[in-house]
Amino acid sequence: MQIAGFRLDLERLPAPLPIWRATVRADTWLVVARAVVDAGGRLVSLWGSDRTRGAAGCLVASAAYALNEGLVWLDVELSGRVATYPDLAPLFPCATRMQRALADLLGVTAEAASDQRPWLDHGAWPAHYRPLRREDTRRTPSAGRAVVDYPFVRVEGDGVHEIPVGPVHAGIIEPGHFRFSVVGEKVLRLEQRLGYKHKGIEQRFTEVPALQAHRLAGRISGDSTVAYAWSYCMALESLAGREIPERACWLRALLLERERVANHLGDLGALGNDAAFAFGLAQFSRLRENWLRLSNEVFGHRLTMDCIVPGGVAGDISPAMAARLIGQCAEIESDVRILRQIYDEHSGLQDRFMTTGRVSPELATRLGLTGLAARASGQTADLRRDQPWPPYDRLQVNIATQCNGDVAARVAVRFDEVFESLRLIREILSRLPSGEIRHQIHLPGKSAFGAGRIEGWRGEIFVALEWDGENGANSIRRCHCHDPSWQNWPVLEHAVIGNIVPDFPLINKSFNLSYAGHDL
Amino acid sequence: MWRTVKQIARLGFRSEAAPSCDDAPRIESERIQRQLLAILGRALSIREVDAGSCNACELEINALNNPYYNIEGLGIKFVASPRHADMLLVTGPVSRNMAQALRRTYDATPAPKLVVAVGDCGCNGGLFGENYASRGRVANVIPVDVAVPGCPPPPIEILRGILTAVRRCRNKPD
Repeated sequence: MQIAGFRLDLERLPAPLPIWRATVRADTWLVVARAVVDAGGRLVSLWGSDRTRGAAGCLVASAAYALNEGLVWLDVELSGRVATYPDLAPLFPCATRMQRALADLLGVTAEAASDQRPWLDHGAWPAHYRPLRREDTRRTPSAGRAVVDYPFVRVEGDGVHEIPVGPVHAGIIEPGHFRFSVVGEKVLRLEQRLGYKHKGIEQRFTEVPALQAHRLAGRISGDSTVAYAWSYCMALESLAGREIPERACWLRALLLERERVANHLGDLGALGNDAAFAFGLAQFSRLRENWLRLSNEVFGHRLTMDCIVPGGVAGDISPAMAARLIGQCAEIESDVRILRQIYDEHSGLQDRFMTTGRVSPELATRLGLTGLAARASGQTADLRRDQPWPPYDRLQVNIATQCNGDVAARVAVRFDEVFESLRLIREILSRLPSGEIRHQIHLPGKSAFGAGRIEGWRGEIFVALEWDGENGANSIRRCHCHDPSWQNWPVLEHAVIGNIVPDFPLINKSFNLSYAGHDL
Repeated sequence: MWRTVKQIARLGFRSEAAPSCDDAPRIESERIQRQLLAILGRALSIREVDAGSCNACELEINALNNPYYNIEGLGIKFVASPRHADMLLVTGPVSRNMAQALRRTYDATPAPKLVVAVGDCGCNGGLFGENYASRGRVANVIPVDVAVPGCPPPPIEILRGILTAVRRCRNKPD
């Protein structure tokens, strides 16, 4: 296959979406990256692995690029005592933090990168411990240490002062630190510090049996449990070369769309509340609660955790249950239509939403904004339409887009996506094929690679999986999980520039990015 | 504006009974209010601290504020500062990067203070356990009065845990 006229020896992974993999040399790494930029591609993820086996093997840095044709996963083998690889940040700004995280986790750095501050490592981990190095995972980590101060970039000038926020925030939300440099009420600069929730998930994956690790994947970010579990299972099924029953595909899509609706309902209420319209929170949180309660009745879990399992889904639904799910779509839809009209006509609310936290389409393209937020800034990417995997290849998803890139646009995309998901849910349930819901998965007795890619409610979730089946090892050698928040957190820093401090919670909520999915 | 009022009027009052022992629902919520007043002499203020969860527990804690559970109607309020709080509601596992912030939040909460650990991870480390980056259960970092298991526990169980901690508070020496 060719990437933008560039020939590569690519191996197609047996996944339901087109995904290729190849190993390149260090000099080719940058040439390919430039070709991807020229072809209008995006950097999806950047990570690294330890593929040493005794004296053999080496450390590897990997990148995943999204192109029109599909996803390309490239490995570059790192040699020498000081393992480095060419810096991708000049071509893809979102690479910066992923490269810093890779340095913390594997001890390999991007050559001459402009920002080499630690990212996930706050100084509290045991000294000289690189959690993804095999030699380090085998030793018992020594005692932890105290966290160290972080060198924030200082803004200087007359009347500039700093507002530090976090890691413990005022609301019931996840921890992270925001450092605002402001003049009066106006934000000159926001710098984020994340990584507070890092709890060693990628190392943990190598200790969990592969057929049970979907539970761990489903707890990377609780609001995206379906998307993560599906991505992980897709990766596992792809390396095992096993397709899942048709009915299971459709039930997975049902769960994914229900997850999308649940999150949008919650966010639409919270966005009203952050603009001092408490009515919105009361109304939408009631709808969300109805939604979760029916999930609990039908799937046995309010957030539908552990419903997607390797080989299919954990439980089936009866025709009576399907009828109730369809009935609920009608109820929710009529309420949301009323609420949308109220939101649209509320001048105070619209005054807060319009032109606030704007990300122009040009900026979105340049910084690699992705997912829901990107669709509010004129980007038209949605895997469900662009690379439709079963059952989306038979559903014709209409994607929602807006061009203004402000809070109002992100609200509008959410409303549109609620209606589209409700339509999809009804269609899925009315066309649900019969048959089995789960196949047995037999993992291969050799090394194998698999990948999964799902359009979650927030954006694209990607899982890269390496299986070691040789000599009875039968374990996950590496499982890398990527959250779209990696791309979107840095864009939030741009979105708030020039806005007033009290609008930050509103802007932040309109993105609603994941801390847990980012920190891992 | 009239649409807003109409929607409110159409839906009416949706709050449900608090988890009861055996009393009739309305009596139960009044009883909880009376107990809070008798034990604390005021409404209960809670500071929530996410010390490393997957965010699912936060979703369910947030649900306590919806009209069905109507937690403020019981006299329980989530506050922005530990200095205003009687109780910390902590989710975990406690990451090493959050351990210091959690400890400081605990120290900033005035005594007598209650701590409720929420979720399997907060109770025992959950699927994540203890490792180079995780200290595991909340009790490994600060003293815990009540632990609420579940992954995540549904809102009603979280509310039950909060009320259990308050009732136990009456028997505390200080």
